[in-house]
Amino acid sequence: MSGAIGRVLIIGAGQAGGEVAQRLRANGFEGDITLCGDEPIPPYQRPPLSKKYLSGELPLDRLFLRPAETYEAEHIRTFFGRRAVWIDRTAKRVRFEGAHELPYDALVIATGTRPRPLPAPGADLPGVHVLRTAADVDAIRPRFVPGAKMVVIGAGYIGLEAAAVARQTGLDVTVLEAAPRPLARVTSPEVAGFFLDAHTAAGVRFMLSAQAAVIKGETGVRAVGLADGSEIEADLVIVGIGVIPETGLAEKAGLTVQNGIVVDGQGRTDDPSIFAIGDCASRPLAAVGGRMARLESVHNAIEGAKIVAAAITGKPAPTEEVPWFWSDQYDLKLQIAGLFQGYDRVILRGDPKDRAFAAFYMQGDRLIAVDAVNRPAEYLGGKALIQKGASPDPAKLADPTVPMKALLTA
Amino acid sequence: MPKITYIEHSGKEHVIDVPAGMSVMEGAVKNAIPGIDADCGGACACATCHVYVDEAWAGKTGTPSGMEQSMLDFASEVEPSSRLSCQIKVTVELDGLVVRMPKSQH
Repeated sequence: MSGAIGRVLIIGAGQAGGEVAQRLRANGFEGDITLCGDEPIPPYQRPPLSKKYLSGELPLDRLFLRPAETYEAEHIRTFFGRRAVWIDRTAKRVRFEGAHELPYDALVIATGTRPRPLPAPGADLPGVHVLRTAADVDAIRPRFVPGAKMVVIGAGYIGLEAAAVARQTGLDVTVLEAAPRPLARVTSPEVAGFFLDAHTAAGVRFMLSAQAAVIKGETGVRAVGLADGSEIEADLVIVGIGVIPETGLAEKAGLTVQNGIVVDGQGRTDDPSIFAIGDCASRPLAAVGGRMARLESVHNAIEGAKIVAAAITGKPAPTEEVPWFWSDQYDLKLQIAGLFQGYDRVILRGDPKDRAFAAFYMQGDRLIAVDAVNRPAEYLGGKALIQKGASPDPAKLADPTVPMKALLTA
Repeated sequence: MPKITYIEHSGKEHVIDVPAGMSVMEGAVKNAIPGIDADCGGACACATCHVYVDEAWAGKTGTPSGMEQSMLDFASEVEPSSRLSCQIKVTVELDGLVVRMPKSQH
C-alpha cells in the first residue's frame, strides 16, 4: 500500500495527530505529510492542562510534543488555526474554513472530542469555562486567584484535578455532581470514596446528587442555582461533565459513526483511504475481547498513531498494550491499567488511610484492571498481569507483603 | 547551556544542549532522539523513558525516589545505573552528562 500513497493529510493536531505525523516519518514514509488543526499552536500534551499548566508550574512551550521548528525539519507541513469543514471523498480533498482545500491519498481523522456543554441557562456568562485546551486555561486564569469562589460542575478526573490545584492555590472550592458519588463513570465506589475523603480533608465542599439548573449573573457569573432552588456563590465555574467525540466531518462524509468513528484493527474507516485515531475513533480493542470501544487517553492516542502509521507504511501492526491512564491530585498519583467495567469483585491491597493502596478488579478469576494510588509497583505489576490474561491468587493480591514481582512469576 | 550526550542502543551518539530546568527526558524528546518514548510526557506514569546513567555521573544525578525505583523495578533490562530520565532535572552541574538507552522501552 505504501507505494500508492504519496500524500497523507492529518486533520486534528492533538496528541494523536502529532504522533501519527512523527511515526510516519520514523517508519520511513517519504511522501508529503500535512498536519492540520483548529488550534493555532503545534500539538501539545493535554493532561497537564488541569494540573501543572493550571498551577502555572509548566509554561505552554514545555507542553509541546515537539518544538514547532522540528516539523519543518522533518518536512511535515503544518496548517494550524484552520478548521476542516468538508471531506470530498470522491475527489479526495478536504475543504477548510476560508475555502482553502488540500488533497490526500490517505486521510487521518484525529479530531478528538469537545466538552459537553452545560444544558443550563446562563452557561454562556463570562466566568463559566470548560477545560479542554490551553486557551481554555488561559481564559480561566484571571479569575483563578486566591480567595475566589470556584464551583466545579462534574466530579470527573478533570474537575477533581482542577479542584485540587484550586485548593493548593487558595481558592474556595465547591464541587457539584449529579451522581451520588464522584468519579462514578470511571472507578469503583471504594476508590471514589477515597478521593471524596481526600478532597474533603483538603477543604473542598461536595454537593452530590445535585444538579446545576441555572447560572446566575448579569455581566459575569455570580452564582450557580441548583434544581432545589438553592444557590452557591461563584466567581468562576468550571464545567467538566464529559466530552462528545468530534465526528461531524466523518458523519457528513457518510462514514459509519457509532459512539465515535468506526474503524477496523488497522484504524481504517469504511473508506479504505480514510483512517481515524484517538478520542474520536471507536476501534476493536483486545482488552475487551475485540469488542468496539472508544477510549479517551494518551495511551489510546499513541497506540492509534502507531497502528495507522504501520498500516500506511506497510509495517506489521504493533502489539496492543493494556489501556493505561493517570491522574494527579494533591500528593496522590493515581495510576490505572485495564478497563474496570464489568468487574464482579474488587480486592484492596494496602489501607486507603495510608494514602497508598491499590484496588484490583476481577471478572471471575481474571484480573481486568487496577487503580493504584501512590503504589507504582501495583500499577505496573497489575498491568503486566492483565497483559498476560493472568488469574492471580486473590489472597496474594490482597497481601502487601507478597511482592508484585512474585505474583508475576507465579 | 548544559550539554548532554545521549547514546542509542545501536551506539549512535547525540550531543544536545539542554536548558537547565528541563528534564533529561525532555532534552531527548524535544530533539527527536529515538530510544526514549516518554509516552506520559514526564508524569512518572509510564516507565518508557528508561536510561542508564554513565557511572561517572551517578553521584551528580542523585538517587531515584521510591516512586521512581518502584517503576524501574518493572522496566526491562534494568541495571544498577538505571533511571527514568523524566526524573533527572538538568542543572549546570550536569554539563557533560552521558546517558545510554536500553534496547527497548516496552
